[in-house]
Amino acid sequence: MTATVSISSIEKSFGAARMLKGVSVDVAAGEFLTLVGPSGCGKSTLLRILAGLIPQDGGSIHIDGAAVDHLPPRARDVAMVFQSYALYPHMSVHDNIATPLKARRLNSLARLPVLGSLMPGQKTVRAGIDAAVKQVAAQVEIEALLDRRPAQLSGGQRQRVALARAMVRQPRVFLMDEPLSNLDARLRVHMRGELSELHRRLGATFIYVTHDQVEAMTMSSRVALMMDGEIVQVAPPAEIYSNPSDVRVARFIGSPEINLLPGRADPRGYVTLAGRATPLRVGMTGGLTIGLRPETLAIGDGSSDIVVDGRLQRIERLGHDVLLHMRHAGDDQRSFTARVSAMDFDALRMAGRLEASLMFGARATAALMFGADGKRLMPLRDEPSAGNVTYTSSRALMGA
Amino acid sequence: MARHGSLLSRSGLTPGQLAMHAFLLLCAFAMLFPFYWMLLTAFRPSQEVFSPTFHWLPQTFVGLDNFRAAFGKAPLLRFMLNGAVICAGILAVQLLTAIPCAYALAKYEFRGRGLLFALVLFALCVPVQVPALPLYMTLAFTGTLDSYFALMLPFFLSVFAIFLFRQVFRSFPDDVIHAARLDGMGEMEILWRIVVPSAGPAIAAFAVFSVTAHWNDLYWPLVVVTSPELAPPPLGMMYFNDPDIGSSFGTLMAAATLLTAPLTVLFLFAQRHFVQGVTMTGVK
Repeated sequence: MTATVSISSIEKSFGAARMLKGVSVDVAAGEFLTLVGPSGCGKSTLLRILAGLIPQDGGSIHIDGAAVDHLPPRARDVAMVFQSYALYPHMSVHDNIATPLKARRLNSLARLPVLGSLMPGQKTVRAGIDAAVKQVAAQVEIEALLDRRPAQLSGGQRQRVALARAMVRQPRVFLMDEPLSNLDARLRVHMRGELSELHRRLGATFIYVTHDQVEAMTMSSRVALMMDGEIVQVAPPAEIYSNPSDVRVARFIGSPEINLLPGRADPRGYVTLAGRATPLRVGMTGGLTIGLRPETLAIGDGSSDIVVDGRLQRIERLGHDVLLHMRHAGDDQRSFTARVSAMDFDALRMAGRLEASLMFGARATAALMFGADGKRLMPLRDEPSAGNVTYTSSRALMGA
Repeated sequence: MARHGSLLSRSGLTPGQLAMHAFLLLCAFAMLFPFYWMLLTAFRPSQEVFSPTFHWLPQTFVGLDNFRAAFGKAPLLRFMLNGAVICAGILAVQLLTAIPCAYALAKYEFRGRGLLFALVLFALCVPVQVPALPLYMTLAFTGTLDSYFALMLPFFLSVFAIFLFRQVFRSFPDDVIHAARLDGMGEMEILWRIVVPSAGPAIAAFAVFSVTAHWNDLYWPLVVVTSPELAPPPLGMMYFNDPDIGSSFGTLMAAATLLTAPLTVLFLFAQRHFVQGVTMTGVK
């Protein structure tokens, strides 16, 4: 009960606005792929095109190797969980969950409201549906709620009913459109765990849409980051964090946001940050952006590979960690954030050093460099021979 | 003055609210007084109607004499049955046609949708008197004049219902329809089993509008019906207009009481849904 999904160059426009600009991604069978991106980037539209709910303008969708572009939603064997849960308001929980099975196993005459139950030869079918509903309800622990209406349920319970309705017909592919965003914070954490567990148990392909990077990072086997109708990068969570291909990816993934500081590369490719030399070298000359994650910055004495200094603006205590919001000492006056442990922070405060200019250091390997076009610049390790300057950009990285 | 103020504050009303309630009571009185007069007249002799002084209670109480006379004079039950058949027939066909139309206008994207809806709005402005002549001719040519069918035909398609239900269906969440499509339901099934049950209040509101309008309609029955056994209530009432002895007000009012009773009962039952439906859709 699992299938590969192949999305190739999907195009969609609403009026003059190009919503999806040739999106392509392949999903392996049994994979948990998260489509993450800011609101309005087209991720929900892509999901609805996958389900067959809205037609695409170009490109095609293959499920299990077969094109499904001409198939209506019901024939695609995919199930969807909606952000609003989309439960049938006037039906009991039991009937909500039974609906997909009734629509498939009973003929249209037997589904008529009153006459339907008088049609012959459906007793075993109905018993089978009942058993399946009970089994799925037990899996998501809502057996006690089967007689209630959706309006009588809490958000978390509705969420489970929606899941049960999707699970009951054992589809090959599950599509989830921000299913956790209407839950409160505690329940969301809990349901994250349950969804991961469910994915492991069912072994079906999950395609999960969210704008929440935490959901993307914690649950998925791969993350596809979408921006402005394009997929910018597809990678496992750890890689998309440590090895972003584009400055937009680096900014979207990670909280607090990555620090972006302006640097310059001299004609030989050596990079300076606010006038200080760094061991970094790139295959280009001119302005570039140096990205340093807040946790890679440590309080230092100026002897580190990369040195950043600034004045303290604001302190945020997170308990185990402290966020220091700084103003960069360079001409740019950019603000940046450092994440230090509470212990280091207390030592700093005892020493009375918070008033003065603070100096942070980071290892050269922690720095992510981006060119003027936002693409990643890989540092050069070898000495370039004269006249053979190589420009390494993220295109090579993405191709790899 | 102080006492007055404390009285007001004790009842939790501001002077503005008090004035508002006084005004509303006055309006309610204006609405209810004719009904009271109808009931009053139904229980007193006809002569009392012409007495120069007004009394709140009958001077001579005649009991159910007027009602008995009304039943003797005309087949009131037959009129009511006619009214029920006509109203039920009209309402059933109106719902069967207007609901799919409204759903298509509300939820499907197709070329010319805006134009079609504009035509619906335009048709709202056409009174029934305008197409009356062609309709009459059609009925005359097909030989269906003087029948239940003739009484119902002009009202089968209700643009008001299309408009009302379109507004209701538009606010129905698309996600639920999408979920139903993924679950494998057909389009008609989605409409009748998922969307329509959620529009209960609006359907109740429309039913009250429709039944009231056609139960009380005099114009069209007067045009197409000549047989008394097909007469709906208002046309039936005309038989009480006796040119020889003038109108017998007592019997007339007794008949009117009986003929308006079903509507009053219907409204009382549908009241909660009706109010909900009207406020929900912003009609009137």
